Amino acid sequence: MEKKIMLGNEAFARGAFEAGVRVVSSYPGTPSTEITETAAGYEEMYVEWAPNEKVATEVAVGASIGGARALSCMKHVGLNVAADPFFTAAYTGVTGGLVLLVADDNGCHSSQNEQDSRYHGRGAGVPVLEPANAQECKDFMKFAYEMSEQYDTPVLIRSNTRVSHSRGIVTVEERQEHEVKPYKKNIPKYVAMPAMAKKLHIAQEKRLNQIQEDSKEYAINKMEINDKKIGIITSGICYQYVKEALPEASVLKMGIINPLPKALIEEFAAQVEEVYVIEEGNPFFEEQIRAMGLPAKGKDMFTIQGEYSANMIRKAFTGKEPEHAPAQEAAGRPPLMCAGCPHRGLFYILAKLKKTVLGDIGCYTLASLPPTSAMDACLCMGASITMAHGFEKARGKDAAKDTVAVLGDSTFFHSGITGLVNMKYNQSAGTVIILDNRITGMTGHQDNPSTGKNAKGEPAPAIDIAGIARACGVEHIVEVDPFDLPAVEKAVKEETAREELSVIITKRPCALIVKQPNIPHLVTDACKNCRKCMDIGCPAIEIAEGRPVIIAESCVGCGLCKDVCPFDAIKEEVK
Amino acid sequence: MKDMNILIVGVGGQGTLLASVILGKIALEEGYDVKLAEVHGMAQRGGSVVTHVRISENEVRSPLIEEGGADVILAFEELEAYRWIPYLKRDGVIFVNTQQIRPMPVILGTADYPEDVLGFLQENANKVTSLPALDIAAECGSAKAVNTVLLGAMAKELPFSKETWIRQIESTVKPKFIELNKQAFEKGYQA
Ligand SMILES: Cc1ncc(C[n+]2csc(CCOP(=O)(O)OP(=O)(O)O)c2C)c(N)n1
Repeated sequence: MEKKIMLGNEAFARGAFEAGVRVVSSYPGTPSTEITETAAGYEEMYVEWAPNEKVATEVAVGASIGGARALSCMKHVGLNVAADPFFTAAYTGVTGGLVLLVADDNGCHSSQNEQDSRYHGRGAGVPVLEPANAQECKDFMKFAYEMSEQYDTPVLIRSNTRVSHSRGIVTVEERQEHEVKPYKKNIPKYVAMPAMAKKLHIAQEKRLNQIQEDSKEYAINKMEINDKKIGIITSGICYQYVKEALPEASVLKMGIINPLPKALIEEFAAQVEEVYVIEEGNPFFEEQIRAMGLPAKGKDMFTIQGEYSANMIRKAFTGKEPEHAPAQEAAGRPPLMCAGCPHRGLFYILAKLKKTVLGDIGCYTLASLPPTSAMDACLCMGASITMAHGFEKARGKDAAKDTVAVLGDSTFFHSGITGLVNMKYNQSAGTVIILDNRITGMTGHQDNPSTGKNAKGEPAPAIDIAGIARACGVEHIVEVDPFDLPAVEKAVKEETAREELSVIITKRPCALIVKQPNIPHLVTDACKNCRKCMDIGCPAIEIAEGRPVIIAESCVGCGLCKDVCPFDAIKEEVK
Repeated sequence: MKDMNILIVGVGGQGTLLASVILGKIALEEGYDVKLAEVHGMAQRGGSVVTHVRISENEVRSPLIEEGGADVILAFEELEAYRWIPYLKRDGVIFVNTQQIRPMPVILGTADYPEDVLGFLQENANKVTSLPALDIAAECGSAKAVNTVLLGAMAKELPFSKETWIRQIESTVKPKFIELNKQAFEKGYQA
């Protein structure tokens, strides 16, 4: 059997492949994205990007009802969007095995919160598995499909940034085909209406109890009895930190984290002197273990914030810390819109016109940082349009003249459309700006309904954003090139002044997906040092010896700085 | 070699990931256990990036190198070397590309770029190897080869044979860039 170095996310995809999965539908989101990207490379599986996680999950449910093994992957906040189908699929159960994968982001590396998705698994009443390294990502995925079909339930796999984005050695095996099961109409099982749902709820409770009963036998749990003074109950990446920090301690590593393997926990607790629970995030295990009547220590020693580490655990137990140079006050390096980014032109104008910007999630969220600081709020995907509507209803039509909603193309398809319908229906005078850069940028360039390609890179119908806006009843729709600054300024001024709903679509592809002119620009002697070019926040322009200079290696030649210079002092470099 | 922790630090877009992928393959080929941890997403847009490489004769547990845990820091940029120095073991070594990329707070004048980073590194590491990897890469024909130049410099001090490195560079980079990268590696090795 071949051994390969795999990213946790690649191993999840490999696990799905080996488990005979046939249908994968997901929406991108760090740190889950590469699972679906990798899956798209396996010919044997149908893989798609859905416009959002609710759609993706429902597609997977449909595939499962249709008899195939199915998968949907998302980041933690994506599970909120998918919560509706998720909570009821937990009642109806499955035909083909159904796995949802959710990747949390402890430490907020690329997310708007540190949501602890274990609660969703418990709330929905589905079994939750949590792997701790790349090999387990693959193995647990396969086990999840066995469980799903054996107990007739969706299974949730919970990953996080460190598990999904670490590479390790994985033994790969062959794919095991699972034929699509014959379809049998089964109304009491699949029509979740009150009379049937009550019965389904009873069935769900029964199977969870059965899983709890059986879980003590699962090979995915590991009990390691060493020194009996310290007994640690943990799971996932924290298990690795514990092994690193306290190699002598006894450890119960839970592979199933909902329902908790209570019999194992009792057996473990009986053998050790003191029980400690080590889990990042909220006291999810700890509260349940204490409710079992076991005196366990946990959050009285460790924080609910951020990520844990071996050093932190070692220090808590032994007081020892490795020696090292002290941390230096070092200038931060926040991420930036890239040189040539098409979003920059729009935000330059929004900052110039001092608009209140109800923003959204994507590369353009970076516009909230200096020097543009041109975003006032960012909540969750799609919320720009809806917040702008609420803002207007609170402050009146005049406020709407100083306010815009800004969101990206992928975000518009994700959950912007319903907000736009609401604005029209409830007679908003607002202005919505959709940044059409022909890609889902922030998560690393996935195709979406507007790009004309599908998840496998094949041609697909491109859905026209202006056409959708028109169909939502929007009468004023303007398309502009965000680098045509006078046109952008005119559009923003006119459309915000109008006491009717309008949509502005800025059209220019992401600088990383199309070839840039790559003719570096330079600041000539005509420069009066007014520093207007600094207002665009381009990473290729810096101050050297008191004046702006363009860093040739970083400049892609987009020319935006040339356009904002009032003295015509920026020119293309002549070679 | 019992174990080896290498922290690779730089700025999003500098190609730090290639270095770790090659190291991972070498470790696998030589029969070690290995784990790599990296950052995707937001930080790749010009932010500070770090990749952890942990190689061991025994099972590698945590994928992360922590403060005081790195045997080697491979820094693609000076400020990043400065930022990550607490991660170096007291007797650790640093390889640093003498390139300075000013972050936005420095450009905007709200923070300062540290002075004499190399001097500071000297005081806090057992050994510092500095080289103008960007210039060397440009001489080889592409600024993008900074990563292979730096790998070359580091390879000299790691217990894997030069042939192994070259074989894994060949197996990792796109065919049309193999020659360029081999040359960049060699120049780094000689530097
Ligand atoms: C519910 C949810 N799903 C996924 C994400 C991850 N995510 C953040 S931004 C983004 C897409 C941004 O694409 P787009 O709107 O086209 O803007 P761009 O980054 O291209 O500028 C995604 C998928 C999220 N934050 N929330």
